Amino acid sequence: MDILNALVTLLNFVVIPAAAYGAQLALGALGVTLIYGILRFSNFAHGDTMAFGTAICILLVWALQAAGIGIAPLPTALLALPAAIALTALLMVATDRAVYRFYRRQRSAPIIMVMASVGVMFMMNGLTRLLIGVNEIRFDDGARFVVSVAEFRAWTGLSEGLALRQSQVITLVVTALACWALFWFLNRTRSGKAMRAYSDNEDLALLSGIDPDRVVRITWIIAAALVTTAGVLYGLDKSFRAFNYFQILLPIFAAAIVGGLGNPLGAVAGGFIVAFSEVAVTYPWRKIAGYLLPDWQPAGLLQLLSTEYKFAVSFVILIVVLLFRPTGLFRGKSF
Amino acid sequence: MKKFLLASVAGATLAAGAASGEEVKLGIAFGFTGPLESMSPDMATSAEMAMTEVTDSGLLLDGSTVTPVRVDTTCADAAAAVTAVERIVTADQVQGIVGGMCSGETIATLERVGVPNGIVMISPSATSPALTDIEDNGLFFRTSPSDARQGEVMAELTLERGIDTVAVSYTNNDYGKGLADSFAAAFTAQGGTVTMNAAHDDGKGDYSAEVAALASAGGDALVLVGYVDQGGAGILRGSLDSGAFSTFVFPDGMISQTLVENFGPDLETSFGQSPSSEGEGRDRFNELAEAAGFDGGSQFAGESYDATALILLAMASAGSSDPSVYKDHVVEVANGPGEPILPGELAKGLELLVNGEAIDYVGATGVELIGPGETAGTFRVLEFTGGTMNTIGYR
Repeated sequence: MDILNALVTLLNFVVIPAAAYGAQLALGALGVTLIYGILRFSNFAHGDTMAFGTAICILLVWALQAAGIGIAPLPTALLALPAAIALTALLMVATDRAVYRFYRRQRSAPIIMVMASVGVMFMMNGLTRLLIGVNEIRFDDGARFVVSVAEFRAWTGLSEGLALRQSQVITLVVTALACWALFWFLNRTRSGKAMRAYSDNEDLALLSGIDPDRVVRITWIIAAALVTTAGVLYGLDKSFRAFNYFQILLPIFAAAIVGGLGNPLGAVAGGFIVAFSEVAVTYPWRKIAGYLLPDWQPAGLLQLLSTEYKFAVSFVILIVVLLFRPTGLFRGKSF
Repeated sequence: MKKFLLASVAGATLAAGAASGEEVKLGIAFGFTGPLESMSPDMATSAEMAMTEVTDSGLLLDGSTVTPVRVDTTCADAAAAVTAVERIVTADQVQGIVGGMCSGETIATLERVGVPNGIVMISPSATSPALTDIEDNGLFFRTSPSDARQGEVMAELTLERGIDTVAVSYTNNDYGKGLADSFAAAFTAQGGTVTMNAAHDDGKGDYSAEVAALASAGGDALVLVGYVDQGGAGILRGSLDSGAFSTFVFPDGMISQTLVENFGPDLETSFGQSPSSEGEGRDRFNELAEAAGFDGGSQFAGESYDATALILLAMASAGSSDPSVYKDHVVEVANGPGEPILPGELAKGLELLVNGEAIDYVGATGVELIGPGETAGTFRVLEFTGGTMNTIGYR
């Protein structure tokens, strides 16, 4: 019984929340890594584009709700997601036309592209706030829990509860689908192969007749799909607040770099590594130790680091990885 | 527009009637954006209501008019607050400031703008114990009580309900740390146990690590010293979802209508307190607020009215709008002895002062300044049964 209680506690407070958070980071990091791999710059506007895509999705959700259309018990946001992706893709392709294409034609150094993306970030930032405001918005209609703490306790008779929110399940399922679709696209389709060829060696790809504009366009569209999905899932799971999407940029970059910038598999792994280390390293193990070793009563909390340092954890991993394996755990491109 | 017209008409008549009046500018330095942005509009409206009342009476310093100058201190960003307040002091030439709003920002603006420029600042809502002992040259006052007192009240309330082990999560700033520490000290002194006293940062999306830590430390209740628009809400949501805690203790930063709107049904056993008061002054103020179109019961609105009234009455008492002169009259008009003045009676107070008689400003919150110029404080005790916020008493 005690072992089960320990396991349930671990699942409830560490594994499930970290897995959902990791999945959201993974989707964000995939977008960052894709843009880095193919367009060769770190897109700082990523977080705010997530916010923009989510804002569009929320507006569509409101419209659908007003029209009485829903897919209960699933959140309406899933229904609105494809249209939100299309609109965000439109904006991203337009941004590329207006901003990045100029620098690409100039063959500017990557750092100039990065600075341009910082400019785009501020524009996007303002655009989102004009569109939807600064306040916290919750748009997670539909059932909230798949398993709630009270139900779980009643079923199992354990003293510890387990909560599984619908948004967490959706996050994991959608992330798995999105990753599968992306890998399938990159490895199996002509366009995907063209993108990889362009990423590996631009000149050689051009010589073999790959249309660079098309590759760039497809990259932005896929990136838009990834950012919007990541943003909406994050918003469903937590809540929408324009400012939080700026904050999440740091862990997303940490995830992408730990995994190896430019390597999609690394981005996914990096997302989970960052999320699990943030939660697990700052978790006080006393309660679990109490279940497993009933005779041992530790005085302290058995906490490695106080929770204020959770961001430090991902950056320590980042620094260690950059020092000893500059191309990331999964052999991405080095800086 | 209507208000503006009224003010201009009033201004025009005054200018015609009493030619010697000046234009007194008062700064309203609140966090119109940032973690407390949902509280500040009513606070500012309330402060402006007191200014309009005084202007309309035509009795301040031979018919002077009072003009508000609003400025955004952002609450969280001390550097932005200093720049903003510096601007209204040097460019707009304000003669006093109602503000700041949050403790950290208030400490910064007081030390770097208020004291160097000799401007009186009366804060309606900065409650950090650190402000009690600050070097202020007699320029700083507050109409809200120090958190040292709130910590004691919160500890008593918690123990009275038979809750003797708690975890504490506080927002990582002067307000959060000050209140959490004063609570922990009072709670342990009275025999309670604090299993964990840890900070959370505002503006993050994910609080699962914090919630996991608090849950592991355990306790009968979670004392959540945070902001309702920020991390406080995140921790609360996470704790409820994961079943980590079901009873919460909320101090003033969390008490807001937003809390009830977002979490109403889940707060059945939770309780909290916020600086507030009852009595005739409070009732009068609520009527005034209703007439002006805002909720008089909203957090710190009464304190804002009182802070503004104190500045203006002190000016009348001193016969000068110079901060270095009227700063010595603030305690005098607040504590009396003299004729008690309630909200809506500012004209009466001004008249008495003009005639050289003493007043005792009571205001919406029963203002009585102690120590270096802060209120002793009455607290409203709140419960959340039935998904609404219910005042169950005062202490």
